[in-house]
Amino acid sequence: MSYLLQSLEAQQLKENPPEIGIGDIVKVHNRIVEGRNERVQVFQGTVIATNGKGPSASFTVRKIGAHSVGVERIFRIHAPRVEKVEVVRHSKVRRAKLYFLRDRVGKRARLKQRRR
Amino acid sequence: MKGLIGRKLGMTQIFDEQGVMIPVTVLEVGPCYVTHVKTLPIDDYTAVQLGFGEIAEKRLAGGERGHLQRAKAPALKTTREFRLKEDELSEYDLGQKLLVDVIFSEGDSVDITGTSKGKGFQGGIKRHGFNRQPKTHGQSDRERSPGAAGAGSTPGRVYKGKRGPGHMGHERVTVHNLRVVKVDPERNLLAVKGAVPGPKNGLVTVSVARKTRGR
Repeated sequence: MSYLLQSLEAQQLKENPPEIGIGDIVKVHNRIVEGRNERVQVFQGTVIATNGKGPSASFTVRKIGAHSVGVERIFRIHAPRVEKVEVVRHSKVRRAKLYFLRDRVGKRARLKQRRR
Repeated sequence: MKGLIGRKLGMTQIFDEQGVMIPVTVLEVGPCYVTHVKTLPIDDYTAVQLGFGEIAEKRLAGGERGHLQRAKAPALKTTREFRLKEDELSEYDLGQKLLVDVIFSEGDSVDITGTSKGKGFQGGIKRHGFNRQPKTHGQSDRERSPGAAGAGSTPGRVYKGKRGPGHMGHERVTVHNLRVVKVDPERNLLAVKGAVPGPKNGLVTVSVARKTRGR
């Protein structure tokens, strides 16, 4: 990739991108626009995957929503709408993609906590 | 048709003010120099010839060198002509240096012309969107063949211009009405939404959109 293209991409990146680990329980503060209003919505769940690099790098957060329905949202790490990502706790995981959690329900879908 | 000459750098994504990610093609556009001005009395039409891409002077042939020296422009790799209306001609002086932000600003619509990537000799399916033939029902070896090319003894020949397999790509292609997403005059960069014909480092001409639909 040409250095000019790289320098343009670098402008798109956040200076301090949130540090996100696989298996972390995170609170994602996402700014949403409703008509004319803007507000911050918090989405809390487990990081089950990260994808890509550069301005398009993203991570997938999974939570169990109302009526025990699994909800997954994909956020772009460098998106200006993702204002803040708080890490609630870390988990002990041994793989990069935790897709196996999709097939688990209830207590089996827990991850062991890891202290830092 | 005001425009400039540039070089395709590649594609990436950037966030706009709303935080929406848009796919963009980044081009290095300009600096261009006015190398020749064509006027009605001498040339019977009006246009400017612009040059782009500074190179070592020894790379130029003698005639090119003289042509550029007369315009007081540096040694340039390429020149292209842009047809202009008569009244637009006064904006251009011989040897004048043109940067991206002189002509383009964010939100503009532009037309981009380039030479598409060469695909070599391709069959009718890829080249013209022909349908494939059945894989089954006794069919053996002509899934992607073009099939019949014409009728029977009347007219007894294949019409001229009948589409078929052949060389694809490496031709002049223009895409219309691409939106300018970003202009960076310091680094001579222009980012437009969407794809642009040609390979990376391919030469393109960027001009003010010819057909704008109420924009």
